[in-house]
Amino acid sequence: MTANSAKALVLPLAVLAAFEVWARATHLQSDSLAPPSEIVMALFGAFADLSILAATRDTLFSTFAGLAIGTIIGLALGIAFGIFDTLNRLMEVTVEAIRPIPSIALLPIALIALGFGYRMEIVIVAFACVWPVLILSRAAVRSIEPRLMEVARALRLPPAQRVWKIIVPAALPRIFVAFRLSAGIALIVAVTVEIAINPLGLGAGIMLAQQALRPDLMLAYLVWIGAIGYALNVLLVVAQNRLFGRAALSGDGA
Amino acid sequence: MASAAKRLEAVPGIPAPQIAFDGVTLVLGGKTIIENLSLGVRPGEFLCIVGASGCGKTTALRLAAGLYQPTSGKVNFDGQPMRAPRREIAIVFQDYGKALLPWRTAAGNVSLALEAGGMPSAERPARIEELLRTVGLPGHAGKYPSEMSGGMQQRLQIARCLAQEPKTLLMDEPFGALDAMTRQGLQDEVLSLVAASGATVIFVTHDLDEAIYLGDRVIGLLPHPGRIGIELSVNLPRPRDQLSTREHPEFLRLRRQLFDFVKATEQ
Repeated sequence: MTANSAKALVLPLAVLAAFEVWARATHLQSDSLAPPSEIVMALFGAFADLSILAATRDTLFSTFAGLAIGTIIGLALGIAFGIFDTLNRLMEVTVEAIRPIPSIALLPIALIALGFGYRMEIVIVAFACVWPVLILSRAAVRSIEPRLMEVARALRLPPAQRVWKIIVPAALPRIFVAFRLSAGIALIVAVTVEIAINPLGLGAGIMLAQQALRPDLMLAYLVWIGAIGYALNVLLVVAQNRLFGRAALSGDGA
Repeated sequence: MASAAKRLEAVPGIPAPQIAFDGVTLVLGGKTIIENLSLGVRPGEFLCIVGASGCGKTTALRLAAGLYQPTSGKVNFDGQPMRAPRREIAIVFQDYGKALLPWRTAAGNVSLALEAGGMPSAERPARIEELLRTVGLPGHAGKYPSEMSGGMQQRLQIARCLAQEPKTLLMDEPFGALDAMTRQGLQDEVLSLVAASGATVIFVTHDLDEAIYLGDRVIGLLPHPGRIGIELSVNLPRPRDQLSTREHPEFLRLRRQLFDFVKATEQ
């Protein structure tokens, strides 16, 4: 850990310590707050009885399944719209009309159509993930160096190879940024669906703790969700740098 | 107006042109870029096109490549109308930095042309190595374009074009962005590569000396709209030599003629 990141931890730790002291001094009795030490203990407890691990598995399953489906659909549409301008213009109004619908607003329909469980949650997560990928991959395809497309034409690359060997790799660094955005959204939407209605995963865990008047456990879930989101992003940033460090560099230069 | 293509066909003993422009006019965005251009390039000929910037020389090359379709008139390749780019025609672009795939190594970039031609993957490595050796890049197979100098990148692009085994090589100011020493080296290499493969070449340049040094024939275009202003046959002995060819009286005579032409078009 560098000196800088150590410095960045000083303030949050100080706040937590102050809160702990204050909670102990006032013998805090609350349905929404708990001292940090109790939150940590609740977190350990939830790990010990494996309940939080099962909930994490359920939430991440929905998150990744929805993310994968949404990314594939968004990528296919984004690339198609980026290549075929006519198609893009035909679909533009439709896309702009559907895109602003909050994914969570689909919950009632999805619930009627699919019932409780993974499928409904995955569909809603996928819907939320489609748009960032679609918009950014479309822009990425449009901004591909036109010379590369001419090279593809001059070499008479068949259309499928043109997409696979030129368009996708050229657009991939920017598509990956869209994927990162969508991954964050996927986790948020999955937990939201669970809190709102689906009796699964971390969101349902929060609701259960709240109804059991266990603010310590509720906050333990929150801390854990934050940690998962943070880890997910760090993982993707590392992957991005490893995969596209060179492409990102040489794409701009030369 | 008798087209150059027809004129060439009419002469017995001279082979039919490989690339023939017949009364080609190109209008882009309401502007006439090229007007009534007729031109025949014989198999194995090295044709250089010169002219001021904006005279349509790059456009003419793109028409020959099939990247543009003429508004009127015809472009024929081996007697067939050009409707789209063809495998037998390779293009070397001036901006090598944009024409190479930055995410592929030198070997990968050459491989692209082989993949496009449907060569089985087992046969590719040997061919790639051979091509990289041909253009003077042995041992650089694993390098990315961003790790190579401008001259090396242009060599790599030439290697990719040779991988197409082209009958015709179209070169668009390929050495325009390179320093003088690198440029002279590459000129000689292109000449020997072309001599070895027997390919037809159309070479666009704004460097008049380069045009005479390389070409069998030099065409000077007039701008607005692009049309042929001068046509010179270069009867200099081959192989050409950077020193003796450039000191040859014929070279100097052609050089004077071409410079006078360009000067006149500027006024």
